[in-house]
Amino acid sequence: MTQTLDREPAADVRHRLDLLREMVRIRLFEERCVELYSAAKIRGFLHVAIGEEAVAVGVNAVLDEGDAVVSTYREHGHAIARGMSMDSVMAEMYGKATGCSRGRGGSMHLFDVGRRFYGGNAIVAGGLPLAIGLALADKMRMRPTVTVCFFGDGAFAEGEFHECVNLAALWRLPVLFACENNLYAMGTAIARAQAETDLALRAASYGIAAWPVDGMDVVAVEEAADRAVDRIRAGGGPCFLELRTYRFRAHSMYDPERYRDKAEVARWRERDPIDLLTHQLTAEGGLSAEARDAMAAEVTAEVDRAVAAAEAAPLEPAEDLERFVYTETEA
Amino acid sequence: MAKITLAKGLNAGLRAAMEKDPKVVIMGEDVGKLGGVFRITDGLQKDFGEDRVIDTPLAESGILGTAVGLAMRGYRPVCEIQFDGFVYPAYDQIVSQVAKIHFRSQGKVKMPMVIRIPFGGGIGAVEHHSESPEAQFAHTPGLKVVACSNPVDGYWMIQQAIACDDPVVFLEPKRQYHADKAELDESATPDPLFASRVVREGSDLTLLAYGPMVKTCMQSAEAAAGEGKSIEVIDLRTLSPLDMDPVFASVRKTGRAVVAHEAHVNLGMGSEIAARIAEECFFSLEAPVLRVGGFDTPYPPSRIEEEFLPDLDRVLDAVDRSLAF
Ligand SMILES: Cc1ncc(C[n+]2csc(CCOP(=O)(O)OP(=O)(O)O)c2C)c(N)n1
Ligand SMILES: [Mg+2]
Repeated sequence: MTQTLDREPAADVRHRLDLLREMVRIRLFEERCVELYSAAKIRGFLHVAIGEEAVAVGVNAVLDEGDAVVSTYREHGHAIARGMSMDSVMAEMYGKATGCSRGRGGSMHLFDVGRRFYGGNAIVAGGLPLAIGLALADKMRMRPTVTVCFFGDGAFAEGEFHECVNLAALWRLPVLFACENNLYAMGTAIARAQAETDLALRAASYGIAAWPVDGMDVVAVEEAADRAVDRIRAGGGPCFLELRTYRFRAHSMYDPERYRDKAEVARWRERDPIDLLTHQLTAEGGLSAEARDAMAAEVTAEVDRAVAAAEAAPLEPAEDLERFVYTETEA
Repeated sequence: MAKITLAKGLNAGLRAAMEKDPKVVIMGEDVGKLGGVFRITDGLQKDFGEDRVIDTPLAESGILGTAVGLAMRGYRPVCEIQFDGFVYPAYDQIVSQVAKIHFRSQGKVKMPMVIRIPFGGGIGAVEHHSESPEAQFAHTPGLKVVACSNPVDGYWMIQQAIACDDPVVFLEPKRQYHADKAELDESATPDPLFASRVVREGSDLTLLAYGPMVKTCMQSAEAAAGEGKSIEVIDLRTLSPLDMDPVFASVRKTGRAVVAHEAHVNLGMGSEIAARIAEECFFSLEAPVLRVGGFDTPYPPSRIEEEFLPDLDRVLDAVDRSLAF
């Protein structure tokens, strides 16, 4: 099934090229963030999801505009895949007033109501209950929308997670639980934190559809998310996807990584989601070396523009800090 | 004599407490293998084993509740909350169980537990990672609350807190962890845990602080001295119970007081302290007791942090306002 490159690629190839581009956008954005952090341009905390891009891209690919997303503190990818502009996210990383959260949130608290992106969240499992409420509201208003909640394997140990799956199952809410199982919660390997490490199995015990997915294969993630979302929209109640993935970098910028060995990281790097899809498309004749370079160059330019805009943007004046603590309407 | 940081002082204090009493156990997220994100428990699991330095899953409520059960059975659990803002998932256990068991059992069951919380800002972190929740705990009967401000106090106070039969919320100024060093004399006799301390004598005004603000207030007093103002500084050290006698004695001498903390001014520790001074020292006061603290907003991003945190200027401004009254 070879295909000459000058011919218009088939729809399926075009679609996978889009998925690839999204993953590359997230990767290059985050790699730049790491550099900017070292240069003290970005301050505070920075948790990158390098290696986990297929999850953000595959799940977001099946969502509609009206769907909602609730996220974690490792959420740059979720935000970008949700359609938030690099400009608004990068400005937020810089703490500038043009950022999606006015520069107040930073890396962990990206927010965009217009895109129904209800926030990164620095509290592990803190976003899950909000997702239940969003979904309940949508259900009460009889909207055919889905609320996706991203969270890590670590969140699975918090009581809030279990309260929320029970609520969603009990009330048959349109929630997609997107669990990013990257095998570690900070320095704790999953087997040292979970009595049963088969997370999909445990979620299923709440009486909901739950299954594991290869989280390094963006097409597999997209297919699984598609199936789950179809089922949810059809009134089938919540679904749980255990997206098996891996973070290639440290938990945050300071992390001696005493908890895992280099060989393990190297093994997972062989399953880099971007490389996997790149090889697949190249082998099929859907992606030439020139097209690949052009994609990288375009994305790099997009990142450059976002950085330049963030550099030039103003800071929110400190006097404004008291704004939005409460509503601003006159009593 | 070795010069140590606060992080090292706490680490050495924890080690000494574990050596002294086999019932002392440490629990928390990544406290074992990793030694905690701030490395306060570094090396302890290696030396005392996984049963005494317990790595827990991410489950703050579960950690605190488990500690209640351990304490009921005579253990002395030391729980590490990774960052101030993560104590809230455990808040229910702390205020509804930890604080009440002794009362509920009419004194039959003791709660010898320490809840260590790295608190305050100044490290360029954001919301949930820079908070000062002390008033919320000090407001709860049944809990004792202390804050250390320097390496030597860190070493002694953590041991005294562990030896205390009541539950102690132990606040550690995280921006000081790896900052200033001090000389530790392990053969010295420490001050009692629930006692405030005059750390600089003066006659014109009393500055009251605890935790990270002690350093700021010492610097403020130094700067004020350059302008001929004599400022007394008290490190409160204990927030519940408050040790007010040294404070009253000082205010009777100076006639003026300023309280400084990073926490929001509204209903912060300063409010209680100001009220008590007014009640006890009314006729000695030359000026109202002034409070300096964080704004009544959520903790801001790192770029605005310096403006949010009370600094030398804000403290000195209050000093001037008090003196000019
Ligand atoms: C309630 C709470 N406790 C502790 C933390 C500190 N913390 C931040 S991330 C993290 C690990 C989370 O692991 P996981 O949910 O698997 O997400 P991952 O980092 O692997 O993406 C911890 C312990 C926190 N942010 N919130
Ligand atoms: Mg994880």
